[in-house]
Amino acid sequence: MTHTSNRTISDAVTAETIATAGEVAPEAVARYAVGLGDDALILAQRLGAWIAHAPELEEDVALGNIALDQLGHARSFLTYASSAWGKTEDDLAYFRDESEFFNRQLFEQPNGDFAQTIARQLVASVYFDGLYRALSLSADPTLAAIAAKAVKEVDYHVDHSVQWLLRLGLGTEISNERMQRGLDAVWPFVAELFSVDPLSENLAGIAVDPASLQADFDRVVLPAIVDAGLTVPTAPAARGGGRSGVHTEYLGPLLAEMQVLARAHPEATW
Amino acid sequence: MSVRAANTDEGTVDEAGAARFAELLANEQRVEPTDWMPEGYRKTLIRQISQHAHSEIIGMQPEGNWITRAPSLKRKAILMAKVQDEAGHGLYLYSAAQTLGIDRETMFDQLITGAAKYSSIFNYPTPTWADMGSIGWLVDGAAICNQVPLCRASYGPYGRAMVRICKEESFHQRQGFEILLHLMRGTEAQRAMAQESVNRWYAPALMMFGPPDDDSPNSRQSMAWNIKRFSNDDLRQRFVDMLVPQAEILGVTLPDPHIKWNEERGHFDFGDLDWTEFHEVLAGNGPANTIRVARRREAHEDGAWVREAARAYADARAAEAGASQKIAS
Repeated sequence: MTHTSNRTISDAVTAETIATAGEVAPEAVARYAVGLGDDALILAQRLGAWIAHAPELEEDVALGNIALDQLGHARSFLTYASSAWGKTEDDLAYFRDESEFFNRQLFEQPNGDFAQTIARQLVASVYFDGLYRALSLSADPTLAAIAAKAVKEVDYHVDHSVQWLLRLGLGTEISNERMQRGLDAVWPFVAELFSVDPLSENLAGIAVDPASLQADFDRVVLPAIVDAGLTVPTAPAARGGGRSGVHTEYLGPLLAEMQVLARAHPEATW
Repeated sequence: MSVRAANTDEGTVDEAGAARFAELLANEQRVEPTDWMPEGYRKTLIRQISQHAHSEIIGMQPEGNWITRAPSLKRKAILMAKVQDEAGHGLYLYSAAQTLGIDRETMFDQLITGAAKYSSIFNYPTPTWADMGSIGWLVDGAAICNQVPLCRASYGPYGRAMVRICKEESFHQRQGFEILLHLMRGTEAQRAMAQESVNRWYAPALMMFGPPDDDSPNSRQSMAWNIKRFSNDDLRQRFVDMLVPQAEILGVTLPDPHIKWNEERGHFDFGDLDWTEFHEVLAGNGPANTIRVARRREAHEDGAWVREAARAYADARAAEAGASQKIAS
């Protein structure tokens, strides 16, 4: 039952425990972890903007919860990654420029309306679920522990998105239309999630091969879309390149807002 | 049940119910939703609990304002969790008010149409990060002084909700204190940011206890009903006595030259507050009144189609379940 013991250890994994443990990530692992951390961080930043704006109080709480979980994952990955260069999570989050962020482009896409946020979250959560499940078996024990903890939380995120997909898809004519539009808007960014990750080269046994996650993703997401009375979009894939620091126009303003105070006081700690 | 009927039928007095109510109060026991209670007691509680709930909901905004710009990831996480707690408090409190026979939709409607009041403190803006510290230390600090006695409020659902809320609030206050402490131990710019923020929040926080006792029309009755336990001025004094030593630890100056230990009273003396300002903000002329209500209203209106979809979906599922039950039977 190695899986069980893995989970027991992982319960305690946070950015703080990783920092205290002082484990130094090998350079290649660190580069890979930065990409994973950026995915979670950028999406958490997007979702954080919903708090106090959601359609009902319960959703303020739910979206806040999801954002908080993702921020926790981001902090763990970035703390671990930063150890390779003698830095901190905040050095990485606040003092890198746009082209030095390696998140996949899906995560920087704007919130749009609630339906578009749910569409993006559905794709993200099912993707994270598969990714973290596979990563929890990584030969790198810290990555495995972070992933094993995260996967339990992401299970709930998947359920939240699927429930809303059904409510909006089958609710009213308007909600159906909006949900379809939301899916159409995020769909071009789905393919990139399963394309080659240049940061995972030479990390066999440690990194997850993105292509290996597609079948499970399709098995969950495609029928859910159909069950919700919606159509799986056929839009061509965007050009991608997030893992190489290539981004859509949306990331720059997001970073400007996120980093503004920290950069105004570069010598300060908070 | 006759108890319930006596409650809703204004004018008739359920003598046994009234005697029981008086006995509960005299014995410092809880009044529960099914007990008889005077109409005034019910109305006072609805007003107070819903205002408190609204305050939590509106209070999400001044802090939510900094979630996307929090200067470290740890602070971002703490702030997100805090704003989420506030939504949670709003939800418990709306539920407590619902036990008195008002529904959440009505209360929410009163909020977004501007008919209901909420704590004026949230009509002040949060232009700097240090305001996250001041809100925690001063605003949540004042809220705790107000709220700890409410854990003993005679109405059961309210008192019990307050027990849980107070636990989280005292955590929030420590977090705010810690934000300020960190700023005060930081760079010169950070210290200046902290002091400037404390200067802005100090007096409004003291006004959170409400007008002076001789100008507080509802207090006396609320105290007789064991809802309110201490007078506004007593609570304000208690708060100042708590703040002064904490300000010393922080190294911030409280913006009142009249603060001085009074040996005879065993309390700190402090200067008069500008109640004209308080009444202005209360009357809706605070720096952020319009923005706060408009923003909540906007969120509510933008989300109307979502709630409608959720309702339609739930209704359709219920109808399906009903149909299949019919077939089964």
